[in-house]
Amino acid sequence: MAEITLPKISPTELRPLAAGAGAPLIQISDLSLYYGTSKALKNISLSLGEKVVTAFIGPSGCGKSTLLRCLNRMNDLIDNVRIEGSVTIGGHDINGDNVDVIELRKRVGMVFQKSNPFPKSIYENVAYGLRLHGVKDKSEMDGVVEQSLRGAALWDEVKDRLHSSALGLSGGQQQRLCIARAIAIRPEIILMDEPASALDPIATTRIEELILELKKEFTIVIVTHNMQQAARISDYTAFFYIGELIEFDTTTKIFTNPAKRQTEDYVTGRFG
Amino acid sequence: MNPVNTIDFRTKKFRAGSFFFTGLTGLATVLILAILATILTDVVYNGWGTLSWHFVSTIPKKDFFDSKTTGVLPMIIGTASRVFVMTLFVLPIGVITAIYLTEYAPNTSIITRIIRAAVNNLAGVPSIVFGLFGLGFFVNFVGKNLDVLFHHPTAVWGQPAIIWASLTLAVMTMPVVIVATEEALKAVPQGLREASLALGGTKLQTIIKIVLPQALPGILTGGILAVSRAAGEVAPILFTGVAYYMASLPQHLTDQFMDLGYHVFVLSTQSPNIQQTEPILYATVLVLLILTFALNLVAIFIRSNMRRKMRSLH
Repeated sequence: MAEITLPKISPTELRPLAAGAGAPLIQISDLSLYYGTSKALKNISLSLGEKVVTAFIGPSGCGKSTLLRCLNRMNDLIDNVRIEGSVTIGGHDINGDNVDVIELRKRVGMVFQKSNPFPKSIYENVAYGLRLHGVKDKSEMDGVVEQSLRGAALWDEVKDRLHSSALGLSGGQQQRLCIARAIAIRPEIILMDEPASALDPIATTRIEELILELKKEFTIVIVTHNMQQAARISDYTAFFYIGELIEFDTTTKIFTNPAKRQTEDYVTGRFG
Repeated sequence: MNPVNTIDFRTKKFRAGSFFFTGLTGLATVLILAILATILTDVVYNGWGTLSWHFVSTIPKKDFFDSKTTGVLPMIIGTASRVFVMTLFVLPIGVITAIYLTEYAPNTSIITRIIRAAVNNLAGVPSIVFGLFGLGFFVNFVGKNLDVLFHHPTAVWGQPAIIWASLTLAVMTMPVVIVATEEALKAVPQGLREASLALGGTKLQTIIKIVLPQALPGILTGGILAVSRAAGEVAPILFTGVAYYMASLPQHLTDQFMDLGYHVFVLSTQSPNIQQTEPILYATVLVLLILTFALNLVAIFIRSNMRRKMRSLH
């Protein structure tokens, strides 16, 4: 696969967020989230490193997707959500008063469970984020679109029909297009919410290979229901149960020698 | 013995309920079609003979009850222009209101509920009430005050006119456009909005670039419904702009106008010789139907064009 070397979009896009070398990129401290009066996340503290893949696992309704959506403030879209505690990225509180959520989302990209390409052409899907952020130069745009599609391992399949509808792609291709769309604006962090849950095993394998490749350039946080998937692709794994973080450790440790009984029961399939 | 074994599926049973209900739905459909066919046949059969190029292209003399010299050109132009001007007002205002309601307003807030209730109630107000409202508000309040503002010695704005009739119709058809647009906006998958926002799009960018293009055909459907409803309405324009007779075509938005629907009313109630007027009456109704149909056709054509563009993209 071609190396992902994208042309500069603007100097501010690429300014590193990290406060210092070695420091965790994402720091979640004592985070609680309420939907109205019900507490969906309970006092979660977690540090996520740079350029690693961290998997969030746990049974449905455990809050892992909710936590993921706290990292790019997608929960802002939902009425009646209240957050306590803090999330910092590169040392900056992303819920602070002066935070520009638009800028935040440029640095924290997201891939959704259900692939959601825009009803536009393949080219326009990838170019969308760039256009939003004021890129006008045609050759620059062409370059980024190609690099992003290569980065998402989709280029060879679509290079001859860049201007036909994205909705004509297969499910797996659509999801890789969404990944291309996300990496086109050069985020630092990519959040993936069960990106392969609607795909067949072959398409899933391709996405997993892609994630391992993307890890070289991006920090990845992935929510998954698939235990084998978490074991295959992640460096760290966090296990959640009913809004609480039960255990967080290296993936090897979680899957071979977890500290908590609950974790062991879940990863071995005894409950969940 | 197992009762299932006693059931013989080899013999078809007659199920009365199912049979009669199927019949009933079919009958209802046939009834609707029959009513429509009867009306159309009656109008076309009786009106076709009088319909001619002369009829649709002539400005009639004051005595428009004579089938040889009369025409309906001013009425066609009056009806078409009031519907057109109405569309210019109702579409933007209705669409923006619907965008506010679906995209911005918090769903549970009391203000949102009040607006929705107001829209629904507006839809239930009888059209003659809109006519009186238009006279009281647009003509006598807005119009008169515009005259005062511009120091007109005689009434320019403060009298019934195309503009006020159109605005009254716009108020009347507003709920149709709002509801249709809301439905069209709600039908745009939430995932598309999230995808745009997650790429760092603002809410406005998301609405303009993603949501509205997707919702456009649905919005146009609302426009079509509004046009259809407005084209045949007479009551709202009765006090706000329509004229019994005008010797020349309207030139300005502040002019009065003649109207097909109102002309049908005039022909059927004011004629000195009913037998002589009847063919003109039928022909006028036929022209009104054709005009409404044509206005619809234009909107439908634009919509299908748009859908095709969205599918092929380039």
